[in-house]
Amino acid sequence: MSDDELIWRIAGGSGDGIDSTSQNFAKALMRSGLDVFTHRHYPSRIRGGHTYVEIRAADHEVQSRGDGYNFLLALGDSFARNPQEDAFYGNEEIKPLSENLDELREGGVIVYDEGLLSEEDVADLDLEERAEENGWHVYPMDLRSLAREHGREVMRNTAGVGATAALLEMDLEHIEDLMEDAMGGEILEANLEILHEAYETVRDEYDFTHDLRAPEGEHEEEQALLSGSNAIAYGAIDAGCRFIAGYPMTPWTDVFTILSQNFPDMGGIAEQVEDEIAAAALALGASHAGAKAMSGSSGGGFALMSEPLGLAEMTETPLVLVEAMRAGPSTGMPTKPEQGDLEHVLYTSQGDSSRVVFAPGNVAEAYDQTRMAFHVAYEYQIPVIVIYDQKLSGENTNVDVSFFDREPEPTLGSTLTEEELREAAHDASGKFQRFQHDVEDGVSPRSLPGQKDGRYLATGNEHSPVGHISEDPDNRVYQMERRLEKLEAIREELDEEHDSQQTYFGDETADFGIVTWGSSQGAVEEAVARLNEQGHSVKGVGVSDMMPFPEAEMTEFVESVDEVMVVEMNATAQFRGLMQKELGRYGEKLSSLLKYNGEPFEPAEIVEGYELNVDGADEEPTAQVRIEPAAGD
Amino acid sequence: MSAFNAIGEDREIDRDEFTPGVEPQPTWCPGCGDFGVLKALKQALPELGLTPDEVLTVTGIGCSGKLNSYLDTYGFHTIHGRSLPVARAAKLANDGLEVIAAGGDGDGYGIGGNHFIHTARENHDMTYIVFNNEVFGLTKGQTSPTSPKGHKSKTQPHGSAKSPLRPLSTSLNAGATYVARTAAVNPNQAKEIIKEAIEHDGFAHVDFLTQCPTWNKDARQYVPYVDVQESEDYDFDVHDRREAAEMMFETESALYEGTVLTGRYYVNEDRPSYQEEKRALGDVPDEPLAERYFDDDYEWERSYDLLERHK
Ligand SMILES: Cc1ncc(C[n+]2csc(CCOP(=O)(O)OP(=O)(O)O)c2C)c(N)n1
Ligand code: SF4
Ligand SMILES: [Mg+2]
Repeated sequence: MSDDELIWRIAGGSGDGIDSTSQNFAKALMRSGLDVFTHRHYPSRIRGGHTYVEIRAADHEVQSRGDGYNFLLALGDSFARNPQEDAFYGNEEIKPLSENLDELREGGVIVYDEGLLSEEDVADLDLEERAEENGWHVYPMDLRSLAREHGREVMRNTAGVGATAALLEMDLEHIEDLMEDAMGGEILEANLEILHEAYETVRDEYDFTHDLRAPEGEHEEEQALLSGSNAIAYGAIDAGCRFIAGYPMTPWTDVFTILSQNFPDMGGIAEQVEDEIAAAALALGASHAGAKAMSGSSGGGFALMSEPLGLAEMTETPLVLVEAMRAGPSTGMPTKPEQGDLEHVLYTSQGDSSRVVFAPGNVAEAYDQTRMAFHVAYEYQIPVIVIYDQKLSGENTNVDVSFFDREPEPTLGSTLTEEELREAAHDASGKFQRFQHDVEDGVSPRSLPGQKDGRYLATGNEHSPVGHISEDPDNRVYQMERRLEKLEAIREELDEEHDSQQTYFGDETADFGIVTWGSSQGAVEEAVARLNEQGHSVKGVGVSDMMPFPEAEMTEFVESVDEVMVVEMNATAQFRGLMQKELGRYGEKLSSLLKYNGEPFEPAEIVEGYELNVDGADEEPTAQVRIEPAAGD
Repeated sequence: MSAFNAIGEDREIDRDEFTPGVEPQPTWCPGCGDFGVLKALKQALPELGLTPDEVLTVTGIGCSGKLNSYLDTYGFHTIHGRSLPVARAAKLANDGLEVIAAGGDGDGYGIGGNHFIHTARENHDMTYIVFNNEVFGLTKGQTSPTSPKGHKSKTQPHGSAKSPLRPLSTSLNAGATYVARTAAVNPNQAKEIIKEAIEHDGFAHVDFLTQCPTWNKDARQYVPYVDVQESEDYDFDVHDRREAAEMMFETESALYEGTVLTGRYYVNEDRPSYQEEKRALGDVPDEPLAERYFDDDYEWERSYDLLERHK
C-alpha cells in the first residue's frame, strides 16, 4: 500500500453523471503525467441506487484497483429524493456517504455535499466520532447551492471536482481543457465558474488538516485512456473486422455499441437483430460470404449461440465471438463481475469441441488478443472466443498512444482468390475440394460464394471432401482428426511465432507460484509484487490461452515451484480444473483462492490468501474469499 | 476488378450444371413433393440467366434441408430453423449473390419463426421457399405448426388441439413484399412463381405445398388445385394489401376444407429492400464488403486514428 498514490472515489446515485465526471477526472490525472486505473461499481438499474467510480492514480504503473481508497467525494443520491418514490428509495440519499466509509483508509479525506445530505442524517452516522478514530479529514461543502447559483443543480459534480482539486493542490489546467473539449457555450461557462468558485472557496476558506496531495508524475509519451471494451473493439477494427451482429446484454453491449457507432464511417455493417441465435448465425453467414465478422454476448446470450458455434466448428467457418462474463447462474447479478463462464465457453455445443479461447488479462492484452483471435479464426477456419468480464469491460487504464500505431491485418487467411482456386484441388467430376483430407496443419483452403468454379456445400452434417453429406467411417475419422489437428497447429504457431500470451511476474527463483487467468491478473500481479517486497519469494502468471492450452509453459511453471495457488473469481475452481485436465496431474500441488461475491479481488485479499495458504491453513480468511486446498492436503 | 467473377457472368447455361455429380439422385421418398421444388429451381435458375456459382442456397434441417445437396450451387446447409439469419448476412456481405433460403414448415414457421418474422419485417432482398408438407418429415411425422387442427401423430395421439399457423398472413403482416403459394403438383406455376420471387427486389416468400406421402397418410396430394389468378371465381388486386390479406385468409382456411388455392397473393414493388434502406442511411457500403478484402489499394481505417477522444 503505497503512500504516493491517490485513490479517489466519487459516489452518488446512478444517473447522477458519475461516469462522465470520473472519466474526465481520470483523463486529467493521466494528462498530468500519472498512470490511472478505474473501477466502476454500479447497481443494475437506470435511476437511483448507490454507485461509485474509483480512480487510482500513481506515478508508477497501476494494473488493479487498490486496497480501499483515500479520498471520498460523496455527492448524495439525488434520485433518492422524489417523495412519490419514497417506498422504493427510502432514505438512500445518504448512502453515497454512509456506504463508502468502511473501505476508506486511515487518514483519508471526505468531501460531502451538505446541500443535499441533511444534518440529521449525517449526525446519525456518528461521522465525527468515526473520523476521529480513523484519522479522517472531513470537509463538508454545499455543492448543490454552489451549482445552483451559477448554473444548474446537476453541475454539482463539477463543484465536487473543484473542491477535490483544491484539496489535492492540483492544477486546474487539464480539468479546464477537458471541459472545453466536452462542452461549449453557456454550459461550459457555468461549469467553469462553478469549478473555479469551488476551487477558490476551498483553497481560501478551508483549513487543510490532511497530508494527501495529488502525486506527480511524467509520461515519456502521449497516453490514451481506454476500457477493455474499447480495446476489444479497436483490436477488431485493426484486424479488418467490418461486420458485427448482436443483441444487447450487459456487459457485452459496450463492445457492440462501440463498433456499431464506428462501422458506418468505415464502410462496415452493424446489425442489431432479433436474438443471439440470429446474431451468431449472421456473423457466420457474413464470414461465409467473405467478410471478417464477429458477434458476442454475455452468459445468457452466449448460451443461445451454442448451436451456431458448433456449426462454425463443423463447417470450418471463421468466426470471432466475444463473451463478457457477469455473475451467474441465469440472470445472476447483471452488473457484477465473475469468471464463471469458462467451462460454458470451452465446452458448450454438442460433440467434441474444436475452438480457440483467449482470456486477456488487461486492456492492452484485450486489444492484442482480439487481433490474434481474428488472425487465428481466418487462418485456421475455426471459431475463436475472447472471454472477458464486467470488470475488464468497464475498467479504464492508460496505454501509450504509440501502442496502436500498427499496420492493420485485414487478410482473409486461408481463403483462396479465384486465381488460386483454379489451381486448387478439384475431384474427378471437377468439383472443388473444400475439405481435403491430407493438408498441412489440417487447414483446407476455402472458396467464397460468387467465385468461379469454387462451389461446395458447407454443412453441419459430417461431410466428404467436396462437402457432400457422408457417414463413411474412414472419412469421418479423417475429418475429425483433421479438424482437431488445427488446434495443435495453432498451439505450435502461438508457441513458436509469437510472444507468449501468458504474463509472468514476480521472483523467477521463487518456489511458490500464483496462477490466475483473465482480468484477475492485475490484482495478482500487484499482490505478488507486494509479497516480494515483504520478503516472501513468490512468482506469478496470468494465463490467457485457455484453448489450446499452453501445456509446455504451464508444465514448466508448475514444475518450477513446490506449491501453486490458483486465483479466480468463481466458486468451483474452473480454471484449476482445466489445468489438471490439460496437464493430467498436479492435483496435490494446486490449491485455490476463490471469490464470488460480485466484487473483484483486491490485492490485499490475495496477499492474505497466500499467508493463510502457507502458514495458517486453519484460520478463516477475513475477506469474502474461499480457500480450496489442494487434493490430498 | 471483381474478386467474384461468377457474379453477373454472361454465358450459355446448361440445365444439367445444377445437377451435382456426386449424388445426382435425391434420396427423398418416391412421390415426395420436395422433388417439385428442386425441379422448379433447376428450370428457373438457368431461365433467369443465373449460373451455379453466383447462387447461394441456404437451407435448414429437415427432408427439405437436403435441397442443396441435390442442387449444385454454393450451398450452406445450416441448423434447424436458422437458414434465414445466415442467408441474410451473406447477402449483406455480398449483395451480388443471388441468395435463396429454404426449409420446412417446422423449420421456418416453428423453431425459426422468430427469424421468419424479422427477416420479412426487414425486407431483405432474397427468396425464401418453405416446403410446407404440414408435418415434420425427417423426424417421422410429428405434428407441425401447419398441421390441421385434430391432426393425429405419435406425439399428438388424440389429435392436435392447435389451429394451424397462417403462413401467408403472417408473412404479409410481418412485412414481406412478395408472397405466393404454389404446389409441387403444379410445376409450371411453381417455376414461374419461383422466377418472380427471385427477381423480386425484397423479401419474397413462397409457401410451397409439398406432399409427404410417407407421413401424411391422409394423402394430401394438393389436387385439384386452383390458381387464383386464373380462376374466374376470384378477383383481387395483388398490389392491394387489404384485398391480399382477405384472399390469404380465405386460402389458408380453404386448405383445411379440401380446397387447394395457389397463386400470387401480394406484390409490393415500391417498398425499398433492407439493403437499400440501410444504404440510404450510410450503413452499408456502396461496394460489397466482401470485395474489399481483395482490394490491394484499399486504405484500411485504423484505431490509431480514433484515439483523439481518449487522450
Ligand atoms: C435444434 C433441433 N431440434 C430438433 C431437431 C430435429 N429435427 C430435425 S428436422 C425436424 C423437423 C423437420 O420438419 P420440417 O422442418 O417441417 O422439415 P421436413 O422434414 O418436413 O421437410 C426436427 C424436429 C434438430 N435437428 N435440431
Ligand atoms: S418423409 Fe415425407 S417429406 Fe421426407 S422425403 Fe419422405 S415424403 Fe418427402
Ligand atoms: Mg415439414
